[in-house]
Amino acid sequence: MKRRLPGWLVALTGLGFIFLHLPILVLIVFSFNASRFSVHWTGFTLDWYLKLLDSPLLLRGLKLSLIIAVAATLLATILGTLLALALARHRVKGRQGLEGLLILPIVTPEIVVGISLLVFFTFLHYPLGVSSVVIAHVAFSISFVVVVVLARLHGMDRSLEEAALNLGADEVVTFWKVTVPLLLPGIIAAGLLAFTLSFDDFLITFFVAGVGSSTLPLVVYSMVRLNVSPTVNAISTIIVLASTLTVMLADRFTRSRTALPAGARPKAAATLPA
Amino acid sequence: MTRLRAGALTYLHTHRHAAAWSLLGPGMFWLTIFFLVPLLIVFAYSFMKRGLYGGIELQFTLESYRRFFDPLYLDIFKRTFVLSVLTTVICLVIGYPMAYVIAGSGKWKDILLFLVILPFWTSLLVRTYAMIFLMRDTGLINTWLMDLGVIPKPITMLYTEPAVVVGLVYGSLPFMILPVYASIEKLDHSLLEAAEVLGARPAVRFLKVTVPLTLPGILAGCLLVFIPALGSFLGPDLLGGAKHMMIGNLVQNQFGAARNWPFGSAVSFMLMGVVLISMLIYMRVQGREALGAMGGP
Amino acid sequence: MSDLRRLEKLARAVERGRLTRRDFLREATALGIGLSAAAQFLAACAKGEPGEKQASGGEGAAASAELEKELNVYNWSDYIAKETIPNFEKEFGVKVIYDVYENNEEMLAKIQAGATGYDIVVPTDYMVTIMQAQGMLAELDHAAIPNLKNLDPLFVSPPYDPGNKHSVAYQWGTTGYAYRGDKITGGTDSWALLFTDAKLKGQITMLDDSREAINAALKFQGHSLNTTDEAALQDAKKILIDQKKLLKAYISAPVKASLISGDVWAAQLWSGDTFQAQAENDQIQYTIPKEGCTLWTDNLCVLSTAPHKRAAMAFMDYVLRPDVGAAISNFVAYGTPNAAAMPLIDEEARTNPAVYPPTEVLSRLEFNKDLGEATRVWDQIWTEIKAA
Repeated sequence: MKRRLPGWLVALTGLGFIFLHLPILVLIVFSFNASRFSVHWTGFTLDWYLKLLDSPLLLRGLKLSLIIAVAATLLATILGTLLALALARHRVKGRQGLEGLLILPIVTPEIVVGISLLVFFTFLHYPLGVSSVVIAHVAFSISFVVVVVLARLHGMDRSLEEAALNLGADEVVTFWKVTVPLLLPGIIAAGLLAFTLSFDDFLITFFVAGVGSSTLPLVVYSMVRLNVSPTVNAISTIIVLASTLTVMLADRFTRSRTALPAGARPKAAATLPA
Repeated sequence: MTRLRAGALTYLHTHRHAAAWSLLGPGMFWLTIFFLVPLLIVFAYSFMKRGLYGGIELQFTLESYRRFFDPLYLDIFKRTFVLSVLTTVICLVIGYPMAYVIAGSGKWKDILLFLVILPFWTSLLVRTYAMIFLMRDTGLINTWLMDLGVIPKPITMLYTEPAVVVGLVYGSLPFMILPVYASIEKLDHSLLEAAEVLGARPAVRFLKVTVPLTLPGILAGCLLVFIPALGSFLGPDLLGGAKHMMIGNLVQNQFGAARNWPFGSAVSFMLMGVVLISMLIYMRVQGREALGAMGGP
Repeated sequence: MSDLRRLEKLARAVERGRLTRRDFLREATALGIGLSAAAQFLAACAKGEPGEKQASGGEGAAASAELEKELNVYNWSDYIAKETIPNFEKEFGVKVIYDVYENNEEMLAKIQAGATGYDIVVPTDYMVTIMQAQGMLAELDHAAIPNLKNLDPLFVSPPYDPGNKHSVAYQWGTTGYAYRGDKITGGTDSWALLFTDAKLKGQITMLDDSREAINAALKFQGHSLNTTDEAALQDAKKILIDQKKLLKAYISAPVKASLISGDVWAAQLWSGDTFQAQAENDQIQYTIPKEGCTLWTDNLCVLSTAPHKRAAMAFMDYVLRPDVGAAISNFVAYGTPNAAAMPLIDEEARTNPAVYPPTEVLSRLEFNKDLGEATRVWDQIWTEIKAA
């Protein structure tokens, strides 16, 4: 049953969406503007994108960001999924303490996470570099993975697993052949979330990146501080496109119920954050 | 292989907690060592003396905390608090109607939700840069307004406190919309119908039925906007021109060029304190299950 | 070389402890300048510190040891010519990773925080003292840097690094301010323009640099920029906090683009960077305020934790070549400390009094010194200014 929505409310919402999206759209449009300094449109050009290819700093940053994101995602997803399974399926002593520990990365402000890891690494005389960034990214991503996978687990239909067990499969077989495929879309969604968190991270990486380990966000930050230029627009556009693709992928995986041919009950996009 | 497996399974059957701990172990280890321990070290540092040119001297002192209560720094804290509250309120005012409309939009729901989630996943750095691009003196807004003859010379938008708030709202809005939407979606419309039948006007229905029922979502949204705003760095840094310091900038500054790690640590801990207090208040108001309503970021 | 120029060089030599007053007076009289005038002139210059006599640079064959394959350079932004690094990479087969910073304290903070991996850093004079005190700088092998002999005697064995044990002068300059001549007329000879001109509200910036910003306020009030006097510092703090009402932002090298575009009309800025901007917009002018300002020398140093020390010193030697040094100075528009490079410097720059200031101007300027214990107070004041 569709409720009638008052016109002014819809208009307000429209404005809200414009507010949310117009700045980025403008950014994208002007990445094609031929003029370097002014915002007057002087012609269409792909020059700024070509300039990106010329910048070793940016390319290196992109490469590092990808490597770090992949590594962090794998680790965080595995560790987080295991944690979620333990929480959902087992009675754990000290559950409240564990939940507190898990909540910590979600509520701790990034600036505090960043400096605490800086302090940690210097305290141990551990050299800052790519590995310190990966460690940091995993540390703050695990909790998000847990939340996503837990949500999926709670909504999962256990009857299929029980059926498998009744039919004689042991725990290990059930796990790999029933649980994991059912869980996979949630795991993948969590992985995509972890990937995005790592790839886009600025503040924490700012503190723990070593010499020559400037990830893409760090490079872009220097560029933004340096000045407004269409090249920054160009790299921003690329980052936005990458994010959009990731969201669409994650959306698809959250909606997909199972990797098994038999369909289960469809659920709302509840496994996406919030 | 099968014997090994059989043996392992038997062990796990009889030692249920071993199974649990083998799942928990690695993750907990990581979080404890790389999250909890660093925070504890920072706490320890906040009681130490600063070296002459920076660095730490192992000497217990409360100087950093005393310095924190200097009116200058309390002012920063106050400013941070006020701007964060302002941001939260504005996000609520804009976000609630949006969530409401999305919930009632029928076949548009999926697309609209996607349009909300999209900025939420886009790099904050890029989004903040977009704000700079729009708001500079020679940026888009000023240039268009001047071209249209509306204003004779550029309005200074950037490097002001309002710019910081706009940036914070822009960055936080999706965090408000999503939890509120989740709450509104679960709304039982029969209750509203009942209220209508009983003669309540739309405004009354809204205030006395809708709002209380969606309160969990509202509170979750407020928390998800307020806490990150408290610790925000990019917004005040890039949009405030290093002139409108918030707590996040102060901490970064102390661990950067100012080289006063003990003081930076103390400030971080005060920030954590406020965050934890907010969390406790939230949990008290919501009840413990409400953590589930929060979901992810 | 003009007499005045020669005098100026001699004065600086005294200032740096390279020449005794007696020698100076002897030289001055040889130039035909009266003794009393010479003595007065000398008195007007900053007092020098006694420095050791040392042999400049190493003669002998360059070190023939194998160079490492990589080099990490951490330098100020916009502070090198475009071709310098690529040419170095090509000639020596060393891959260079180049990172930039905006002020000395930022660089120090990073090194203190354990950023191992940098080989070369470029601290300003006073920062060399500070870093050396903390054992951060490696001792230079002069045999590996034979081109040290190209350094102008004024920069050999400076007071902050006797014997050039840890540093080699890179560029030198002044810190006044840049302004748009087409937007501002009048009052452009004093710091007052940046501190008290209400008409310029929102159009001025200061360097995001604790020493430089406070220096400007101190000089504006007639104090030494190395003062540790509490009252003077609090005075400066007050001025800077008041200035925030007029200030657009604290911004260092990146302000050039805003000057060019007209977003900013007056910016505290170093000499060379101003001329880099002037090349893109000739309305941009530079002022050394009448109250005085900072005179500084930036230096190439090798970190004690540097992983590629031999490549680092090869790089220093490379920069000291006349053609390379001249290329850098011509591009960044700063003063070269390299005597062999001077003939290759653009005529325009050599005769520009803002790039190579005359003696009477130099006498109003001061070098930064390490403030010792007072560093804590300065850092605290800067935090308070930023936070206000």
